[in-house]
Amino acid sequence: MSRTWETPGGVHPPENKLQSMTQSIGHLPIPGTLVIPLHQHIGSPETVDVTIGQTVLKGQKLTTAIHSDNLPVHASTSGTVIAIDDHPVAHPSGLNALCVTIASDGKDQWIERTGIADFRRCGPLDLLQIITDAGIAGMGGAGFPAAIKLSPSNDKTVDTLIINATECEPYITADDAAMRGKTQDLIQGIEVVCHILNGPKRVVIGIEDNKPQAIKALRSYVQESSIKIVPFPTKYPSGGEKQLIYILTGREVPSGGLPIDLGMVCLNIGTLIAIKRAIVDGEPLISRITTVTGEACGVNRNYEVLIGTPISHLLTHNEFDENNCSRLIMGGPMMGFSLTSTDVPVVKTTNCILAPSHSEIPVDTPAQACIRCGLCAEACPVSLLPQQLFWYAQAKDQERLEAHNLFDCIECGACSYVCPSNIPLVQHYRSSKGEIRKANIDKIDADNARQRFEFRKLRLEQADKQRQAKREARRLVTEQARAASSTSQPGSSAADIIAAAQQRAITKKASPDQQKAKLERALLAAQSRLQEAEKRLIEATINGSTKQQTICSASVESARQKVDQAQHRLRELTD
Amino acid sequence: MAFKQISSPHGHNPQSTSWVMQLVLLSTLPGFIALSYQFGWGTFINLIIAVMTSLVAEAAMLALRNRPIAFYLKDYSAAVTAVLLALALPPLASWWVVVVGSLFAIVVAKQLYGGIGHNPFNPAMVGYVVLLISFPIEMTTWVTPISLLPEGVQHPGLWESLSIVFAGNTPIDGITGATPLDVFKHSSGLVVDQIYHDEALFNQASFAGVGWEWVNVGFLIGGIILLKTRIFTWHAPLAMLGTLALMSILFWDSGSSASPGSPVMHLFSGASMMGAFFILTDPVSSAVSNRGRFIYGSLIGLLVYVIRAWGNYPDAVAFAVLLGNFAAPFIDNYTLPRTYGHTARRKATDKGEDE
Ligand code: SF4
Ligand code: SF4
Repeated sequence: MSRTWETPGGVHPPENKLQSMTQSIGHLPIPGTLVIPLHQHIGSPETVDVTIGQTVLKGQKLTTAIHSDNLPVHASTSGTVIAIDDHPVAHPSGLNALCVTIASDGKDQWIERTGIADFRRCGPLDLLQIITDAGIAGMGGAGFPAAIKLSPSNDKTVDTLIINATECEPYITADDAAMRGKTQDLIQGIEVVCHILNGPKRVVIGIEDNKPQAIKALRSYVQESSIKIVPFPTKYPSGGEKQLIYILTGREVPSGGLPIDLGMVCLNIGTLIAIKRAIVDGEPLISRITTVTGEACGVNRNYEVLIGTPISHLLTHNEFDENNCSRLIMGGPMMGFSLTSTDVPVVKTTNCILAPSHSEIPVDTPAQACIRCGLCAEACPVSLLPQQLFWYAQAKDQERLEAHNLFDCIECGACSYVCPSNIPLVQHYRSSKGEIRKANIDKIDADNARQRFEFRKLRLEQADKQRQAKREARRLVTEQARAASSTSQPGSSAADIIAAAQQRAITKKASPDQQKAKLERALLAAQSRLQEAEKRLIEATINGSTKQQTICSASVESARQKVDQAQHRLRELTD
Repeated sequence: MAFKQISSPHGHNPQSTSWVMQLVLLSTLPGFIALSYQFGWGTFINLIIAVMTSLVAEAAMLALRNRPIAFYLKDYSAAVTAVLLALALPPLASWWVVVVGSLFAIVVAKQLYGGIGHNPFNPAMVGYVVLLISFPIEMTTWVTPISLLPEGVQHPGLWESLSIVFAGNTPIDGITGATPLDVFKHSSGLVVDQIYHDEALFNQASFAGVGWEWVNVGFLIGGIILLKTRIFTWHAPLAMLGTLALMSILFWDSGSSASPGSPVMHLFSGASMMGAFFILTDPVSSAVSNRGRFIYGSLIGLLVYVIRAWGNYPDAVAFAVLLGNFAAPFIDNYTLPRTYGHTARRKATDKGEDE
C-alpha cells in the first residue's frame, strides 16, 4: 500500500455511477452528418486544408497546424465536406465556432494507417510529432495539447508520471469503462509515455476506491511491472490535477505553476489510450468514450463516439424524453456546463452527456442571503474562504479578491453545492475572474502603448545621437587628414584610418563557421525558451491569475524577440 | 430543441438556510426545558413576546426597505435572534423589557445594518446589553431555582406569571433571588469553602450551582447536537470554554477569599454554555476562518473571565461577545487560511500578488 494524503474540504454528492455501468462500451450507427469544430483545444487557430465538396477519408487531416501549440483535427468518418462555417459548439458561453461539416458516406473508410509496433526504436521527438499530428489533447478537462505536456524542457526532468483515473464527478463513468474495457490499450499507452519521458522513476495510477472492478482489471495487467496502483477514498474533487498530486505525493503544485515544476506529468485515461492508438495503430484522435446518462434517457451507457457526432444523435439512440429533461449538461453535474441546443457536436473533451429528469436535478430555488455559516469554507478543497470571495465579488473589490487568492479557485463547485442559501458562488467567481482579466488586459494594452511610445522616443533620441557622433567623427577625420597633409606624417592619413577600420571589420568576421555555430546554438536555446514560455502562457490562460498571464505573455514576447534576433543575425551571417 | 443555460454546479445538497435555522431553534430545546423546569413559566412567556415582536419588527423593516417579506421571514433568522434573546432574559421580566430588547435587536442591530448576513454585532446580545445598561434592576432580578423555593412556596402558574409580566403585579416573596455568579461577586471576604458551606445555591448543588448547572447542561447538549450536525465547527465554542477554564484554574487561588471561583462553577454558571454554543457561533458577527474563530473564541473566553472576576457585572458573556465582534474583522485580516500552492498565509488587505 502506498501512503496517500487527504485534501482539505471536499463533498460527497450522490455518485450515480452504477446506472451507466450495467453494460459494456457500446457503439452507435454512424450519424448522417458530423460537425467537427476546428478549434477543440487550448492554443491558437489552424488553417483549413479541405474545401467544400471534397471527399475525405476517415482519419484524414482537416487542418494544418501553423504554430507549435496547434493541434490538427481529422475527419471522423469518410464522406464529403458539405460546409465550412460557423456552427453552435459546446462552450460555456454558448458561442458559435468554425466547423467542418461532413456528410458521411456510410463506408467508414480509413486513410492508410501506419502504426509503429516497436515504438521503442523511435526517438521521443518523433513520437511527440506523431502525437501532435494525431490531434491529441488532454481528454479530461481543459484539453491541453498532450505533446506539449510531454515535451522535454531544458531545465526540468520528469521523475513521476501520474495517471489520473480518479473520475470524481458524479455520473461520469467513461474512464471507468475504458479501464475495464480497454485495459491493454491503456497499459500500452503508459508504456509509450514512459518511453517518451525516458523512463520516469515513479508511475502512479491514482484511482478512487469506488471503482473496484477497474482496480482489479488494472492489477491483473500490471502485477509485474513498476506501475503503482493507488486507490484512495472517494471524495469530490479528488480528480483535479493539483488535488490528485497532493493526494498521491503530499506535495503541492506552486500557485501559478505546473506539475512539471515538481518533476511530474499528469495524464488521464482517455489521453493515454489515444496516445497508444496514435503510435501503435496509426490512428488519429477521432473518437472518444462518452457516458450518456440521466433519468431523461431510457438507456444509460458508455459509447465509443465519433468526434463531431451531434448530441441529438446520442440522445435519440438512448430513448431520450425531452419533456422529462430539466437541463442538458455536457460533463458532470459539478463542473459540466449546460447546453442550450442538441445540435452541438461531441468534442475531444466530451466525457459525459447528462440529461437529468426534473426530479433528479430540479430547478434551483432562489438564492437567499449569505448567512456566513462557513459551510462553503469547510468544503473548499484549496482552503479558500468562498464566503469572503462572494462578499468581495459583490462589492467588486478586485484587490481583496486577489488577496483572497481568487485565482487559485478551481471552480469545482463544492462551495455552491453545500451552500444552504443556494448562492451560485462559482458563477460569481467566474465573472469576477473575467472582470479582473479584462481590467488587466486593458492595463497591459495601456502599458504596452506607453512602452512603445517610450521606446520610440528612445530610439529616435539614440538615432539622433548616433548621427551627431558620426558627424563628429567625420569632422575629426577630415581635420586630422588636413593636419596630416600639412605635417605629412605617415600612418595618420585619412586613408590609413579607413584601412585600419576595414582591418578591424575583417578580423571580426574572421571565423564565420564558428560564428555560425554559435548563432545556431543561440537560436536553438532561444527557440526552446520560447516554447517553454508559450507552454506556461497557455497554462496561465487556463487557470492562472492575470498577473501570471501578464508575466507569461511578457516572457513569450521577449523570447520571441530573442528568436527573431537570433534568426536575423544568422541570416545576416549566411547571406 | 432548446434548453436553459444554467451555471454549474447542477444539483445541490438538500440542506437549506431555513433548515439550518430550524435546527438551531430545535437545539435550544434542552436549555429551554431546563430553564422552564428550574424557573417556571417566565422563560416561555419571554419567548412568545420576543418571537412575536421580532417577527412583526422584521416584517415592518423589510417592508420599509422594500424587500420581499415572506421570502426573508422564511429564513427563520429573526426567530433565532428572538429565541436567543428570550432565553437570556430573566424569567418573569416585564413585557416591555422583552419588547424593547427585541426591537433593538431586530431593528437596530440587524435591519439597520442591512439585514441578514450584514450585522457586525450579534443582534440578541445588542438587545441584551441595551437592556442591561438601561434597566439594571429588572435585568438582574432572577427567579429562585425550584429546589431552593421556601417551604410551601411555588413558582407562579401560567396565569399568575402572565399577570406579573403584563400587569406588573409583584411576585410573592421568596421567588426571586441571586444567581451563583451574583453570590460570588458579592461575597468578597469569604473563602470559597465558606461560600459553598453557607449558600444554599451551592451547598445543595450537584456540582456547580443549583438550577444553573442544569440550564448549562441543557445548552451543552444542544451545542453538541449542532456540532454533530456540523452546523458549526468546534473552534469558537471550545476555545471560549477552554480559555474560561484555563483562566479560572490560573486564578483559582486555592479558594481564598479573593478567588473568583472554580473552573466548574464558571463553566456551568450564567450564560457560559449558551454563549459558547449559541451566541459565539453566530457566524455573521464572528471571525470567518477556523483559525480566526479559535482566536475569537479564546478572546471572548478571556474577556468573560476578566469581567466576571474583576469587572462590575456578575456575568459578562454579552459584553465579551460584543467586544469580540469588534475584534472580528481585525482577527480576519491575519487569519486567512493558507491556500493550496502558496507557501504562506496572506493578509486580507494584501496588495497585489504574493511571492
Ligand atoms: S455556505 Fe453559503 S451561506 Fe454559508 S457562508 Fe458560504 S456562501 Fe454564505
Ligand atoms: S469553487 Fe472555488 S471557492 Fe468554491 S470550493 Fe471550489 S475551489 Fe473553493
